[in-house]
Amino acid sequence: MFNTIEPEEFEEMLHNQFADNIVYVGKQYDISEAEITLDKIKDAIQWMKEQGFTFLTSCNGIHYPHTEKVFCMVYHLYNMQRNLRVRLKVSNPIDPPHFPTITDIFPAANWMEREAYDFFGFKFDGHPDLRRILNEDSMEGWPLRKEYPLEDQARFDKDDKMFGR
Amino acid sequence: MLEKKEATADISEKDYTYLNLGPTHPATHGIFQNVLKMDGEIIVEATPTIGYIHRAFEKIAERRPYYQYTPITDRLNYCSAPINNMGWHMSVEKLLGIQLPKRVEYLRVIIMELSRISDHIICNSVIGVDSGAMTGFLYIYQFRELIYEVYEQICGGRLTSNIGRIGGLERDFSQTAWLKIDNILKELPKALKEFEALLVRNRIFMDRTINCGPISAEKALAYSFTGPNLRAAGVDYDVRVMSPYSSYEEFDFKIPVGTRGDTYDRFMVREQEMWESISIIKQAIQKVEKLEDKTTYHADVPEYYLPEKDDVYNKMEALIYHFKVVYGETAIPKGEVYHCVEGGNGELGFYIVSDGGRTPYRMHIRRPCFIYYQAYPEMIKGAYLSDAILTMSSMNVIAGELDA
Repeated sequence: MFNTIEPEEFEEMLHNQFADNIVYVGKQYDISEAEITLDKIKDAIQWMKEQGFTFLTSCNGIHYPHTEKVFCMVYHLYNMQRNLRVRLKVSNPIDPPHFPTITDIFPAANWMEREAYDFFGFKFDGHPDLRRILNEDSMEGWPLRKEYPLEDQARFDKDDKMFGR
Repeated sequence: MLEKKEATADISEKDYTYLNLGPTHPATHGIFQNVLKMDGEIIVEATPTIGYIHRAFEKIAERRPYYQYTPITDRLNYCSAPINNMGWHMSVEKLLGIQLPKRVEYLRVIIMELSRISDHIICNSVIGVDSGAMTGFLYIYQFRELIYEVYEQICGGRLTSNIGRIGGLERDFSQTAWLKIDNILKELPKALKEFEALLVRNRIFMDRTINCGPISAEKALAYSFTGPNLRAAGVDYDVRVMSPYSSYEEFDFKIPVGTRGDTYDRFMVREQEMWESISIIKQAIQKVEKLEDKTTYHADVPEYYLPEKDDVYNKMEALIYHFKVVYGETAIPKGEVYHCVEGGNGELGFYIVSDGGRTPYRMHIRRPCFIYYQAYPEMIKGAYLSDAILTMSSMNVIAGELDA
């Protein structure tokens, strides 16, 4: 089990700085999380880094086509001194979504953001080198979006209903 | 010739040699390309290209029930497959809220530490090969073979072993497996001592590796390094200590750290970690022997754990459960869970978003190789080509984990 800030404390901590920009604060399993509005997410991450969360564990995208927050970025931050983990989220419904890059705060985010661009088509404003990383450059479409088919759509011998998909 | 160079202004740019290191160079230990801009033998700039064996693991996870995703995780870091396997199962167990019996946790610790040893054996012996010392590789490699024999006894597989299950292990350790583990514990320390005698104070090896591909602690943290590569730079961060899983908090072990973060330190950190792993396995065996129950190898969760094969063939109820488990018919709670284990290369994390369906809605793997390989161009800037090879092998970049 991870150590984390309790959601009440986390909310209070964020509230002093980003009162109007917190969408929600909660806790899922053992990590507290907060969703911040798009315009303040970079400031929030910068501020969290100043509070001691100096280690970016990972950041990745999620696609929710059937909800209001269509495209979502999730940042896992870690405070090594106090051994605390938190999760920050931001969403953007416009396609293609633009998110601020955090490569100037965490150099490690460079490839992680390229991965999110590669798989979801997220644009990161200010990213030094935004291009595909794992898929080939000539590929069309964004593979991890929900509408992108996993299997070859030219095949008709597989009936997904049989497998409950 | 020299006068000619000075005469035109742009000839200096033409003087650089562009060299393709990879995609399938024998010294890269995997399929990834590095375009090196070289000034003579000095690397001026490196541009890595990855993704040659990308297999869309995260997309596959969205179509496979949790149980059926098990064998995919073994293909991540194939040098220490069981750690990946256990990491996935622990993440799913956290999502489902399954508490494991103590004996299962200790058995998992034994398997994970064995695979850590096999991972480090590969990495360290390959550092020897890349610096010209083939003997160590040929000598110590047989112990990886012995560890694979243990896997074979436990699950039948060798390289991509499918040991774990949601809620426990696939089967209990057989008597032969215990004997083989004992044999490894008896023979490996001797071999490690001889391996260290061959390399650790070897003049040529030290000259080749000290100050080769160094990275400072600040840089390593900025690039989100974890595992032996971070510890070689002097930061004593270990997931097993900071956020213990599988009852690692009950074990007594040290975290080896280096100072310079160069190839020699990475080699030494891995070498000492193998000794710590041996000690952890010994402690785990003692703990297993002390436990009252001698047979439990899985938690009592019939909804998620496969029933006994005997029952499947003879009882209708068990057959139904068998299908239900494989097709993921039982309800999975909604929620998001992040869990990480200390893999061979560092913090291996699984981030699962569940919407209550039979497959994960979204699954992201924090693959340590992927995250620290982006620091590679910076680490080899200004180094010789042969140093770049050594830096890469000491970082233990595994293509399967890099590309996923």
